[in-house]
Amino acid sequence: MNSILFITALCLYGAATIAYFTFLVTPSGKVGRIAHWVIIAGFIVHCITVGSRYLAAGYTPITNLHEALSFFSLAIVALFIYFEHRYKLHILGSFVIPVALVLMIAALGFPKEIGDLNPALKSRWLAAHTIFAFGGYAAFTVSFGASIMYLIQQRFLKQKKFGSLYRKLPSLDLLDDISYRCLTYGFPLLTVAIITGAIWAETAWGTYWSWDPKETWSLITWFVYAALLHGRLTTGWRGKNASIFSIIGFCILLFTFLGVNLLLPSLHSYNKPALVDK
Amino acid sequence: MNIIVVGLSHKTASVDIREKVAFAPTQMDKPLRAVVGLEGISEAVIVSTCNRVEIYAVTRDIAGGMARIKRFLADYHNLALDSLESHLYGLHSEEAIRHVFRVASSLDSMIVGEPQILGQIKTSYGYAAEFKSSGIILNRFLHKAFSVAKRVRTETKIASSAVSVAFAAVELAKKIFGDLSDKTVMLVGAGEMCELAAKHFLNSGVRGVMVTNRTFDRAERLADELEGRAIRFDDMFSYLHQADIILSSTGAPHTIIGHKDVEEVIRRRRMKPMFFIDIAVPRDIDPRVNDVENVYLYTVDDLQEVVAANLQQRGEEAKKAEEIVEQEIIQFFKWLSSLGITPTIVALRSKFDEIRKVELEKTLATWKDLPPDGQKRLEALTNAIMNKLLHTPTALLKKSGQGGRSDLYVDALRSLFDLQIGIDDEETELEE
Repeated sequence: MNSILFITALCLYGAATIAYFTFLVTPSGKVGRIAHWVIIAGFIVHCITVGSRYLAAGYTPITNLHEALSFFSLAIVALFIYFEHRYKLHILGSFVIPVALVLMIAALGFPKEIGDLNPALKSRWLAAHTIFAFGGYAAFTVSFGASIMYLIQQRFLKQKKFGSLYRKLPSLDLLDDISYRCLTYGFPLLTVAIITGAIWAETAWGTYWSWDPKETWSLITWFVYAALLHGRLTTGWRGKNASIFSIIGFCILLFTFLGVNLLLPSLHSYNKPALVDK
Repeated sequence: MNIIVVGLSHKTASVDIREKVAFAPTQMDKPLRAVVGLEGISEAVIVSTCNRVEIYAVTRDIAGGMARIKRFLADYHNLALDSLESHLYGLHSEEAIRHVFRVASSLDSMIVGEPQILGQIKTSYGYAAEFKSSGIILNRFLHKAFSVAKRVRTETKIASSAVSVAFAAVELAKKIFGDLSDKTVMLVGAGEMCELAAKHFLNSGVRGVMVTNRTFDRAERLADELEGRAIRFDDMFSYLHQADIILSSTGAPHTIIGHKDVEEVIRRRRMKPMFFIDIAVPRDIDPRVNDVENVYLYTVDDLQEVVAANLQQRGEEAKKAEEIVEQEIIQFFKWLSSLGITPTIVALRSKFDEIRKVELEKTLATWKDLPPDGQKRLEALTNAIMNKLLHTPTALLKKSGQGGRSDLYVDALRSLFDLQIGIDDEETELEE
């Protein structure tokens, strides 16, 4: 049942991605509206998927890679729908929704059975820590999408060559604003996630900070975004450099999320029995 | 029923003729009533803009209707028809439909794709509806024209680009800044091109204008006119950081704004974007300014290229638009030609039935010893004969609606059988 729901959500995201790409190349706005409704349908199905999983498992379903990828994707879509609605900006979907789709496809590749929860994860901090973390990740993902759009539009305007994409993309000012706004959402969320993580670590492992690779990389990510936010607030960093910085930040974030889990031994290996003892 | 168009436009008449035949929008009731009062004209809409004066009408008699409308145009404006006639065009049926669809879609405009014409036709139609000079056919016709125009607008990019240098500059500024309402324009040099572009920016809602010029008097005068602020030329660099959009057109022989200057200014602005437009030849602004981050420099040549690309794109989009118009003509023409068919069939049947009943009654009145059963059989017999006789013409008439030849049949039947027919609104469903 749960996997049917998951596949349905994935297919709707796939359909939405196709619709948003079509929107890039067709003059009419109709495709954009269709894409908008498809993504909302996908979002609803995905919410039901995660909700029913929560009921079936009895804990916040962000305990293994499958669940984490799925929740990351859900958070991105939620934030995207908010921005699409607020700025009436369908084209943002062409740059953000594919990320959500890729995460969903990746989630397919990991075992999705609901198992007994590793005792270390049995904590009320699980929900707070993971939801804040992925909320922040989602905000940085939207910032990443807006930054790519900014760089494309900026190139059109500097080179004075105007493709049809130029007409579709909104003003530089709006793109910069979205990118910045996401940063102001994402940074506090990431901060809270790190703090709740530290508190949880203290209750679970007896130490606030143990320089576990996940912790180290989270801190690096935090510093990158802190630097970007600082630059924007104090010296008026904006536009191209800020966009490039946001894209770099996103790559580091992806490594923190996936690279650390897949490549480095970490306490944060989700619900893997091998590391339970530690 | 035929749709006819009589009128003149920028393509056939110069402005001094166009203004002579224009109708004042405040008193459209008089001409509209006059046109529908003409013999054989049942409906009329008058479109009068600075680029065209056209009368759309419905008539049974194409040649007569056109002649009478031409005469009306000349008489109404006290002009000699001889001198006016060479500028007038008269179109009917499919040609007329195509023309109005193209006009509404802005394909016949002086600047193809300009958006005003649709609004002007809507207003004109509004008058006709108000004074009841338009009826079933023109109502349907103009609503169809509006929907065609909308289709053209949404399905092609015909109206989505700027076709003048000043307007192109405003569009670019909007792509950089988004909202212009908190932006300031600075004019460096008080040239005519600058002034024109500044007015475009003011129309687009920029917050304010600063003017600087080597002769301060001239700057002051222009600043007054634009309700802006005059700045001494020597103070330009102390104010440059307050400007978001800079229009430059001095006659200086060398560049007056270098990239080092701009780098400094942009830092003072905390990297807020700047848009430089260099209209001067030779250049006022160092081309390297474009390489400064968050700064965009366009010369008049750059802008002209944007305009040329837009115009070319409009040409391509216009082809797509023409295809849409052609599709819609076929649909509308089908509806138009089917208009007369059903009422004609109904009238024909009732005429036959009337004759049958009269003759049957006559016979029954004299045939005293006819058994009751025979009366019924006579009734059935005459009915069957009538139905058989009518079957083929009815079927053919219905079929003719698809081929567009129905007018011929309808007219023939009407005169041969002396049918009186009004067009019935219920029969006018158009297949969409």
